Amino acid sequence: MQFTSPQFKDNAARALHDPQLQKALQNVEKGFIAKRAAAAAALPEFDALRDNARDIKNHTLAHLDLYLEAYEQKVTASGGHVHWAESAEDARRIVMDICRRVKAKTVTKGKSMITEEINLNEFLEAQGVEPVETDLGEYIIQLRGEHPSHIIAPAVHLNKEQVEEDFRRVHTHLDVNRDLTAPESLLSEAREVLRKRYFQADVGITGANFLIAETGSSVIVTNEGNGDLTQTLGKVHVVVASIEKIVPTLEDCSQILRLLARSATGQDMSVYTTFSTGPKRAEDPDGPVEYHVVLLDNGRTSMLGTEFQEMLRCIRCGACMNHCPVYHAVGGHAYGSVYPGPMGAVLTPSLFGVEQSAHLPNASTFCGRCESVCPMRIPLPKMMRHWREREFERHLTPASARYGLSVWAFFARRPKLYRMATSLAASMLSLIGGANKRIPALPLAGGWTKYRDLPAPEGQTFTQAWAARQAKRQGA
Amino acid sequence: MDGKTAILSKIRASLKAPTADDERRAAVSSRLAQTPKGIIPARGQLPAEERVQLFRFMAEKYNATTERVETMDVLPAAVSTYLMGRNLPAVIRIGADPRLAAAPWAAEATLEIRHGASDGEDLAAVSHAFGAVAETGTLALLSGPYNPVSLNFLPEHHIVVVRADEIAGDMETIWARLRQAQGSAMPRTVNFITGPSRSADIEQTLLLGAHGPRALHIVIVGNP
Repeated sequence: MQFTSPQFKDNAARALHDPQLQKALQNVEKGFIAKRAAAAAALPEFDALRDNARDIKNHTLAHLDLYLEAYEQKVTASGGHVHWAESAEDARRIVMDICRRVKAKTVTKGKSMITEEINLNEFLEAQGVEPVETDLGEYIIQLRGEHPSHIIAPAVHLNKEQVEEDFRRVHTHLDVNRDLTAPESLLSEAREVLRKRYFQADVGITGANFLIAETGSSVIVTNEGNGDLTQTLGKVHVVVASIEKIVPTLEDCSQILRLLARSATGQDMSVYTTFSTGPKRAEDPDGPVEYHVVLLDNGRTSMLGTEFQEMLRCIRCGACMNHCPVYHAVGGHAYGSVYPGPMGAVLTPSLFGVEQSAHLPNASTFCGRCESVCPMRIPLPKMMRHWREREFERHLTPASARYGLSVWAFFARRPKLYRMATSLAASMLSLIGGANKRIPALPLAGGWTKYRDLPAPEGQTFTQAWAARQAKRQGA
Repeated sequence: MDGKTAILSKIRASLKAPTADDERRAAVSSRLAQTPKGIIPARGQLPAEERVQLFRFMAEKYNATTERVETMDVLPAAVSTYLMGRNLPAVIRIGADPRLAAAPWAAEATLEIRHGASDGEDLAAVSHAFGAVAETGTLALLSGPYNPVSLNFLPEHHIVVVRADEIAGDMETIWARLRQAQGSAMPRTVNFITGPSRSADIEQTLLLGAHGPRALHIVIVGNP
């Protein structure tokens, strides 16, 4: 996808004035929040499981090299192949080599954010291999030449009329007079069209929600069943997964599975949770004859041992963006990168550099809802603050903001002067506010007052009001 | 330097892992050998009969239909009744599971039985589950010639047989049973299935029957 994080401000302004998008975004707030809350409330052990899941991942990350080695041994022992990819480029080349060797013309794909991260579809197309997305949402956006705007609901930015239009445009072999007004008919049509593609595909590519060191298994969690058809009907199953997906044992995975669906869609368990180990066995009547895992680093090893290590606990449930007021307002595409919302605001600078994506960790009100719902207890606001600090250290912050901060710092280091200045400011602003106590315009505060009035202070600073209150108490 | 060496040495450098890392190795091998269980929710630890009831309740919550029969002898009749009730032709696809094969299919004279993997045209298939998880209403199926994995996903209607005494409280019990049955060797896939296929990708409206079965019917056999 085209990386537009540096244009976040323009993207956001455009999103705010897009009526189709604003209508579609209402579905995020309406649906996900209540469902997650109900699912979490219905399981008394939910918070204890969050603590345990955090500990499991912390332990795994502290021993990541050893668990990856153990995992590779098990994959090999079960007849599969592990390929190590340091960069997106390496991963693309490895996948392409496999496709070329088996002379693949079409590749079906289960939903995978990692293949979005490495821009796999564009690459395959350029090499003459046709990638077919099979998840309904991914299929829709592929028809539109778009990228996911949400990590678990890729087409959440669209309304059903737009989908109908795309289906009529692309499925020209079907009756032009067919009725597509009901969402059910759109679903059936996609099912029919894609059913054929699974059987034609030479290679099926999926991501992985987990990799299990104990058994060498990869795990996919889906509701539609497309991932399973993709990895069963293709002759070759290729898993593309990043290194932090690993967990030690089947039991560890089961702990985290209790959190994943509840945090994502509010289900107790997604419809299909599939543990795949190696290719089909000699006696099996179905399944792929080859099984490959591409293990991707792409910047993750540089997050280990830093203040961003905890981000590697992320299980991609989407709860943080579902609860984010900024995401609700601008949607996923405005972030300009493959991962939107709070998790993306932390991950994008790690993967693609803070120079290019400094706007993202600033696009937060620090309301803290993301952290409060994160099943893996990732301190997202704290990490966004770390990125703001790094941005400041590297002199990426605009001059006016830097100047303002240094003025503030001058006063903050001199408490007496600070109190004097704030007391002066409070009484001045109170005076300007007048009878209705609102300030419609103020020099240096145009960014605020352009859209809303500034509420005027009461005339006293907090310190003054507190001192007066204490004096009154002692007098009483 | 190859990719593997590069990635592993970057990890060790970032973690500041000591060269003599016997302690770390011991921690890893002990976790892999002991497979500690973690937290099992109370609802995953119910007594036998309540467990079966919770399984039915949860499976139905996720739009599966369920029925309970006394013995495998009545399975063919139950399958016929299911197909008739939904105006489906009397044709099913079935794997080579001996537990299913032993049922008296001959009694259903009009029922046509196809064997092997699905060709994508089947309307109904019958599988036998390895077990089930009451906590979430989830079936556990193993791939292989007994129950080909394509039967779980291609037919419009999936009928799954599970023994009442193989309905576990939690997923962890399934893992313990699997290790007992197969040692450390996993089948190509272990499929956990909770209800029929669905999607909410269009305007977050939940619709059943995305790419997998539109309907999931569970036949619980015997007593726990």
